[in-house]
Amino acid sequence: MPLSVDDIVPKCREMRRDIIEMITAAGSGHPGGSLSAVELIAALYYRVMRHDPANPQWAARDRFILSKGHGCPTMYSAMARSGYFDPATLSSLRKMGSPLQGHPDRRFMPAVEASTGSLGNGLSIGIGIGHALKLDKTDARVWVMVGDGECQEGQIWEAAMYAGAHGLDNVTLIVDYNKKQLDDMVRNILPLDPLGGKFAAMNWHVMEIDGHNLHSVVEALEESRRIKGRPTAIIAHTITGKGVSFMENDPKWHGVAPTKDECTKALAEIGA
Amino acid sequence: MVREFTLGPATREAYAAALVELGRTNPNVVVIDADLSKSTYTAKFGKEFPDRFFNVGIAEANMVGIAGGLAHSGKIPFCSSFAAFMMCKAYDQIRIAVAYPKENVKIVTTHGGISLGEDGPSQMSIEDVALAATLPGFVVCVPADEAQTKDLVKRAAAHVGGVYIRAGRPKAPKIYDGGEFPFGKMRRLEDGKDLTIIANGLMVAEALKACDALRDDGIAARVLDGYSVKPLDVEAVERAAQETGALVVAEEHSRIGGLGAAVAQALAETTPAPMEQVAVQDTYAESATPAQLFEKYGLTWRHIVTAARKVLGRKGRRSGGDGAATATGPADAEPHPFEV
Ligand SMILES: Cc1ncc(C[n+]2csc(CCOP(=O)(O)OP(=O)(O)O)c2C)c(N)n1
Repeated sequence: MPLSVDDIVPKCREMRRDIIEMITAAGSGHPGGSLSAVELIAALYYRVMRHDPANPQWAARDRFILSKGHGCPTMYSAMARSGYFDPATLSSLRKMGSPLQGHPDRRFMPAVEASTGSLGNGLSIGIGIGHALKLDKTDARVWVMVGDGECQEGQIWEAAMYAGAHGLDNVTLIVDYNKKQLDDMVRNILPLDPLGGKFAAMNWHVMEIDGHNLHSVVEALEESRRIKGRPTAIIAHTITGKGVSFMENDPKWHGVAPTKDECTKALAEIGA
Repeated sequence: MVREFTLGPATREAYAAALVELGRTNPNVVVIDADLSKSTYTAKFGKEFPDRFFNVGIAEANMVGIAGGLAHSGKIPFCSSFAAFMMCKAYDQIRIAVAYPKENVKIVTTHGGISLGEDGPSQMSIEDVALAATLPGFVVCVPADEAQTKDLVKRAAAHVGGVYIRAGRPKAPKIYDGGEFPFGKMRRLEDGKDLTIIANGLMVAEALKACDALRDDGIAARVLDGYSVKPLDVEAVERAAQETGALVVAEEHSRIGGLGAAVAQALAETTPAPMEQVAVQDTYAESATPAQLFEKYGLTWRHIVTAARKVLGRKGRRSGGDGAATATGPADAEPHPFEV
């Protein structure tokens, strides 16, 4: 059952708590880029995506590809809380034998659509799936999420040019534009702007939204379903570390786990 | 009793320290990274020499092409990323912009092997040494510790031509106090007559521990540090085969295409002798602690000991004193019906 936007709000808090607790328990992981993607992934799993957690191999399901695989705690939380697996499993993130590998891994969790972690790969895989879905005459969609730093990979632009030229309207790309990459802010390493303009020039339907405003997020995702003849790129302006004040906008939190004290502080801020 | 090692800095830290020293003495040394400079530690060079440091963003292929261009104009570029992303994303550029035109580029990667642990297989690299070694003209080295890394990085800068050096993520057991590690040589760390263990990278410490355990069983192992995979010290391999008659090769890499494959090739071409490999099998690993992964994927000193016993069996004689009998199990044990 798709949830209303109001009902997704507490789900986002739950996801943020999961993310902080999982990464703290694992002792390693990527909180910054996991927290920035919460509303985007929550809107997909709790409302927009057509999927059935009880039947993860359903042929007509929408496919979600987390190309920025290091953000997987967010996806794992959404999957657990929407019924793919027991939320108790979340605490096993990155531990030996856990289905919750450090980056999404189809060998351990077949419901994960793509094994990612080497940035730049997801959009091309999504395009291949989009082609196959059309060949199979289903109206299922492909949702691909990339990071902004990830957009520096040449493969993203090979894929963007291709999807635009082929008018692949069953593919939606979501850019988690949190302005930050591993070493520094994106603008200090290799600026992307005008990011939307680049996709527009390649025949994409482009929307720019506040990626933390659930109404805008849901509206944009649903609009992309109605666009014919062009793929859609949603440039979602987000904040790295969103929801935890001391992590927000600080590249330091790209790939560091919180200590126990920082975890307690973060959970208190996020609230119940 | 197997020896214990003090942990020194990771080889990636040693790489960055050597780079900074090089930067101070050689104005032609430039460094390029692809948004991993905080993990490869090349950021240390960038801090001291901002004009000679280029962070190209998450774009490994572009990075290596740029390195080729810098070398073309007389610079000595050191190009860094994780081993997996460098070799798999930028292999065509390494081939076309570096190896083929013989440009003077140094490819130094970090997070080689599976010892990076929790991040899992997408970040791990068990194929980089094989990929680097098939590039015509390339030198390929896998250092074990801080001192060896520093020496190899300085040699790479002095050498004219393509060099690949693979560094690691975790703190590395200290093997050396310093010393010279020329390309194309092996370093003998222990001598023995019964078999030879050749290892590189983190497996050197494991090989030395295995040597101790074997000695307790009356088996005398020669231990060679095979840091230079290419050129390979064929003479040392040949001597090992002639003088010890059996070999174990241990590396944190796929069993296909790395040090073990190079040694097997040298043996076949010179003095064939039984050899066993301690390496990652033809499989991807998973997320876990480095110690758990070394255990599960067969990369500890105990695995080297098992391989040594196996190769000694193939050598067709038991070596050493009484202890050697226990090497294949208790004296009164029934031989396993399926074991040859
Ligand atoms: C091909 C490749 N190069 C480098 C990395 C290492 N790496 C992991 S995350 C990251 C930064 C990603 O930045 P971005 O895409 O903006 O993600 P976010 O800020 O949302 O975490 C880098 C460089 C990688 N995983 N894959």
